[in-house]
Amino acid sequence: MSQLQDLEDQGVYIFREAYKHFKELCMLWSIGKDSTVLLWLARKAFFGHVPFPLVHIDTSYKIPEMIAYRDELARRWGLTMIVGQNRKALADGMGPERGRLTCCTALKTDALRETLNGTGPRMRMQHPSGEYVEDTVREPFTGVIVGARADEEGSRSKERYFSPREHSGDWDIADQPPELWNQFKTDFAPGTHVRIHPLLDWTEVNIWEYIEREKIPIIDLYFDRGEGRRYRSLGCAPCTGSIESCAKTPAEIIVELRHTKVAERAGRAQDKADAYAMEKLRRDGYM
Amino acid sequence: MSAPVSTTETMNIVIVGHVDHGKSTMVGRLLADTGTLPEGKVEKVQATCRRQGKVFEYAFLLDALEAEQDQGITIDAARVFFKTAKRDYIIIDAPGHVEFLKNMVTGAARAEAAVLLIDAGEGVQENSRRHGYLLAMLGIRQVVVAVNKMDLVDYDQGAFDAIVAEYREFLAEIGVEPLQFIPVASRTGEMIARRSDKLTWYDGPTILEAVDGLSKQPQQENLPLRFPVQDVYKWGHRGDDRRIVAGRVEAGSLAVGDEVVFWPSGKRSRVASIEAFSAPSVERIGARRSTGITLTEQIFADRGDVISHADAPPAVANRLRVKLFWLGRAPMTQGRAYKLKLATAEVEARIVAIHRVLDASDLDSSTDKRLVERHDVADVTLALRRPIAVDRAEDSEATGRFVVVDNYDIAGGGIVSAHKLDAIAAASGAQRRHALLGHGPALVNIRGPAERGRAIADALEGELIGLGNLAYVVDEGASPSVIAALLDAGLIVIAPGEANLVDPPAPCVDVALGGGEGDVILDADVSAAAACDAILGELASHDRLRQH
Repeated sequence: MSQLQDLEDQGVYIFREAYKHFKELCMLWSIGKDSTVLLWLARKAFFGHVPFPLVHIDTSYKIPEMIAYRDELARRWGLTMIVGQNRKALADGMGPERGRLTCCTALKTDALRETLNGTGPRMRMQHPSGEYVEDTVREPFTGVIVGARADEEGSRSKERYFSPREHSGDWDIADQPPELWNQFKTDFAPGTHVRIHPLLDWTEVNIWEYIEREKIPIIDLYFDRGEGRRYRSLGCAPCTGSIESCAKTPAEIIVELRHTKVAERAGRAQDKADAYAMEKLRRDGYM
Repeated sequence: MSAPVSTTETMNIVIVGHVDHGKSTMVGRLLADTGTLPEGKVEKVQATCRRQGKVFEYAFLLDALEAEQDQGITIDAARVFFKTAKRDYIIIDAPGHVEFLKNMVTGAARAEAAVLLIDAGEGVQENSRRHGYLLAMLGIRQVVVAVNKMDLVDYDQGAFDAIVAEYREFLAEIGVEPLQFIPVASRTGEMIARRSDKLTWYDGPTILEAVDGLSKQPQQENLPLRFPVQDVYKWGHRGDDRRIVAGRVEAGSLAVGDEVVFWPSGKRSRVASIEAFSAPSVERIGARRSTGITLTEQIFADRGDVISHADAPPAVANRLRVKLFWLGRAPMTQGRAYKLKLATAEVEARIVAIHRVLDASDLDSSTDKRLVERHDVADVTLALRRPIAVDRAEDSEATGRFVVVDNYDIAGGGIVSAHKLDAIAAASGAQRRHALLGHGPALVNIRGPAERGRAIADALEGELIGLGNLAYVVDEGASPSVIAALLDAGLIVIAPGEANLVDPPAPCVDVALGGGEGDVILDADVSAAAACDAILGELASHDRLRQH
């Protein structure tokens, strides 16, 4: 059996453990390729169902096609969709011109933390209308499934499949419990939550191989749509650059990836702002 | 264009050893010398070093975290990837500092093979031994030993041979046979990816050659079926009425139509279908696959059950003889309740006997220690609150190893070396009280003249206790709920007057004084002794008296 099959089986196992142990469970869906693969894995794990809400943090600066794609898939697959946003910061005029790290911190880190712990607004999609109305449910999520991969950045390679966080989102890297033999941290103290990483062992190539194998309907921003450019990684419009590429299908992207040595997030401005920017964002709870 | 098929094999290897024996440097070398790093990575780290006024080292490639670079020691089992012509590797760099043993365990438990480093200058140290011991417990059978920093001992063969002799002897004591001892110098890259003209006396493989020579773990398909139940789903919406028993096939395989047995209950059913989402339907599913099945006959199945075929069942046990390692800050103590997680089962466990506590660093064993402290390895007997399906680790890995949770965190782990079912411990409370008392509960109801009835009741109580039975006389008019509680507690309850128990939870001996209906009918003026004899006879016929 292929490595891809092993990765799928492990991801499915992790999803089922998470669902069994966490009553207040959600999954972060950034609309990007990784978390869309994650969403597909959830449907694998639960035989076509997704029995927990998906949380998307809308910075208001996202590429517009991302929002349209999100809502289309949510309607088609009957997903429980929750959208969070730092309205206060946006009303205050927050944007990338104030500094990328400042902007990311306010619109991603803070928005995410407040959406997860229930202190910020949660907009819930109504079916079948697709309208968003403010959710009255504000229970803090105690289990948060995210699509982080160990090969993305140095800091991510230190993660566990089940990684405890303080409610502030703090991550004590030096003092994580052991994880062995597929036994995970499923017991947690009040006031803490657990980040769950079903894709931890996947590489960027694995993601594309799986998209290809499963025919996952990934957003087409990843493909060259005739201009000789495509996105390799998705984020906010002002801070995400496209790369030169003529890859129009997952198969062509896989070939391209096998021949590149440029880091995946090279197009993402916030990584360059500070040698440890990612690490800081991550400690603060940014996915 | 069609997609390239992912045929590359992947192997997880872990690099362990005592702190400062050069693990991070070796990993940095493996990444750089196999040309695996993304463009700009080495330059980025070099630039960071310049800014911080440090001399670049290969170890820094891994030390991406601020905290780590400050302390200069690896904190976690970083996962990095490199590839050779043969296959892809996920390499787990496990920290050598004893404080981070839980990270070493986390890393090593995921590995298929290990490279264990020993500093040629410092020789075999505490964690060289501790890590060797833990590798054996974690089930890592392929171990390559690298004697590192040969450049610092002038590539001296004598220094190498002495370490090989000492460490080989230690490994033999714990039953590990290393595949290879290799002299290397990670800093210069000698014997990592290339040979060295300073190590001409060594003609064995380089690290990369040795690693490429490791074999993949044997498939679990030929072993007896072990399918721990992870969950049971019945969504009941979007038109889905399937009842799916979900889990991962840990060993063996399973086919539609197979008769399967659920343990510890022993209930049987048959596989109706193998379910999957957006995948071709299959008739058979093998080891390591996460799957779900439906059954022809609905039985109560729950998480923690283990599914097997009838001819090769797991054991059902509540007493486990185990070898365990402890990583918790608070020691593991005898008598205290812990949560044990074995496959998908969770059960309360207590240490009932500590046979041996081993200081893993030097294999000094102590038999009189009453607790298992952090970083100890121990041989203990655990009592489980209820029986679970279990195997010996050597027979079935997934159902033969466990972790122990203390205060929200996994604090230890271990492997099962023997198991048994303690029937008394396995029984219900009522059954266990019965066993303890030597008799079951019974109600003796003495109807008739109140004063006479009371006298006979008191005499009977004395007789019963004299014979070793726990008996108790309640006042006339005692409430039925009190009587029921005493019966549940296992007593022989003697109730003068009308007991009025509609449905007594124990055999009932009805005694009628002065005529009427009953199991024992006596004259109103019968002597207490004669009445006692008659009633004792009746109780004995119900098998309610303690046997001597």
